[in-house]
Amino acid sequence: MSRTSKAYIAGIYEHPTRKAVDQTIPQLHAESAIGALADAGLTMADVDGYFCAGDAPGLGGISMAEYMGLDLKYTDSTETGGSSYVIHVGHAVNAIAMGKCSVALITLAGRPRAEGVATLGARDYGSVLPELGFEAPYGPVVTNQYGMAAMRHMHQYGTTSEQLAWIKVAASHHAQHNELALLQKVVTVEDVVNSPMISDPLHRLDCCVITDGGGALVIVSPEIAKTLGDRCVKILGHGEHIKHLNAGQVDITYTGAVRSGPIAFEEANLTPGDMDYVSIYDSFTITVLETLEDLGFCEKGEGGKFVSDGNLISGVGKLPFNTDGGGLCNNHPTNRGGITKVIEAARQLRGEAHPKVQVPDCTLALAHGTGGSIATRMGSSTVIMGRNDA
Amino acid sequence: MTASTETKERNYPAPSVNLETEAYWAAANEGKLLMKKCNGCGKTHFFPRAICPHCQSNDTAWYEASGKGVIYSYSVMRRGDTPYAIAYVTVDEGITMMTNIVDCDYDALAVGQAVEVTFRQSDGDQAIPVFRPV
Ligand SMILES: [Zn+2]
Repeated sequence: MSRTSKAYIAGIYEHPTRKAVDQTIPQLHAESAIGALADAGLTMADVDGYFCAGDAPGLGGISMAEYMGLDLKYTDSTETGGSSYVIHVGHAVNAIAMGKCSVALITLAGRPRAEGVATLGARDYGSVLPELGFEAPYGPVVTNQYGMAAMRHMHQYGTTSEQLAWIKVAASHHAQHNELALLQKVVTVEDVVNSPMISDPLHRLDCCVITDGGGALVIVSPEIAKTLGDRCVKILGHGEHIKHLNAGQVDITYTGAVRSGPIAFEEANLTPGDMDYVSIYDSFTITVLETLEDLGFCEKGEGGKFVSDGNLISGVGKLPFNTDGGGLCNNHPTNRGGITKVIEAARQLRGEAHPKVQVPDCTLALAHGTGGSIATRMGSSTVIMGRNDA
Repeated sequence: MTASTETKERNYPAPSVNLETEAYWAAANEGKLLMKKCNGCGKTHFFPRAICPHCQSNDTAWYEASGKGVIYSYSVMRRGDTPYAIAYVTVDEGITMMTNIVDCDYDALAVGQAVEVTFRQSDGDQAIPVFRPV
């Protein structure tokens, strides 16, 4: 079987730092870019398309293009928070298919820990935001917004804290093998539900880590991929969607994955049952649970049952997920985890994940990003990927 | 304006007010909760806009809401100096709005609980609608 792919992931790089006291943000972007290009067997001189989001300093990609010495004919600075980079993969495929560029570089980097940026405060995106006056006075921060999503899901479907905890447990089982992971200790369901309550019903261990760092991806045309060898990974489908509060008709029990998933699966001509491995954006345990339902890995409302009893643990359950430890344990660079989702899926398809978590004969995989907030408005993106011979 | 004497409450940041929303905030200062309805399609939307998000008509009009609703979801923030309850309340007019639940036992809140509007002063003397159990 050889599936058609309009573009390939040729290079991946996850910056090893988790606290970048000695590096600037542009430097972290450039180090990530150099790492991914070296992984691909390419150099900065080969790049003709550059993709970045709001974490890149400057107007879109302009300043970073100058800093890194890029000579570009295509750029895209789509900003949908943590899902930006998964959207960038889809947009890079489109640009390459249209002949607009042939080597696309995507970078992410930031240093919230080194800069001591608290995430507890309300985000300030400026007073011109239309919704701002109707939300900011009420103290919406990340944790209590996701808390509301979890609370409603529990009410509507009977989901329990113990079921959500299994998601963290699975991530921790994987993170124990990742020497770079911020949290490498295996935790139990009891550990999660007994950790301090942050915002009902989410406990501390339902939340992702805060880390500095970054990552980069190199997407290339099929012609270039042919010259780079079989570590190149096929991109088979992509979907994206913006979900919002819909004029006050609010339903926070589902995510934008209900639309991005089917679009991606249709383009790839595949189904959830075909996936050997999935990377699911995991800002919180509830993010994973809703997303798995929305992507069709189980019926809506059955996510709690689906994730229980180790079903997401590689080698144990039916759907190995986030084998790097994910955002819950490994890395959530600058509070934006999308790029690490694509990176670990590519490692799995290359057979380069840690041997303890490598999925045998991993042929087809999915990476999903969520940006913004599942309790208000979000950008969602799904990418379906295949091994070089898939 | 009833300030709870039982429970210490957090300071409420002042809302940003603009040309499209100043009537909403002026009414809040008089203890009224306004909604915006479209004369083109008849539907209420939230947050209030000059252009109807359902049919794109610019013929939208304010009306006073009943102030009654039920909790759609909530979460009590346990970290920080002062716990507070953020919530979505579905009001009788059919839309769901972000708010805080006040004058309540945070451990006794429930999805589906009946609530009614009340008001709190935010920083800068602007009143904001919040809800309390009926
Ligand atoms: Zn209308």
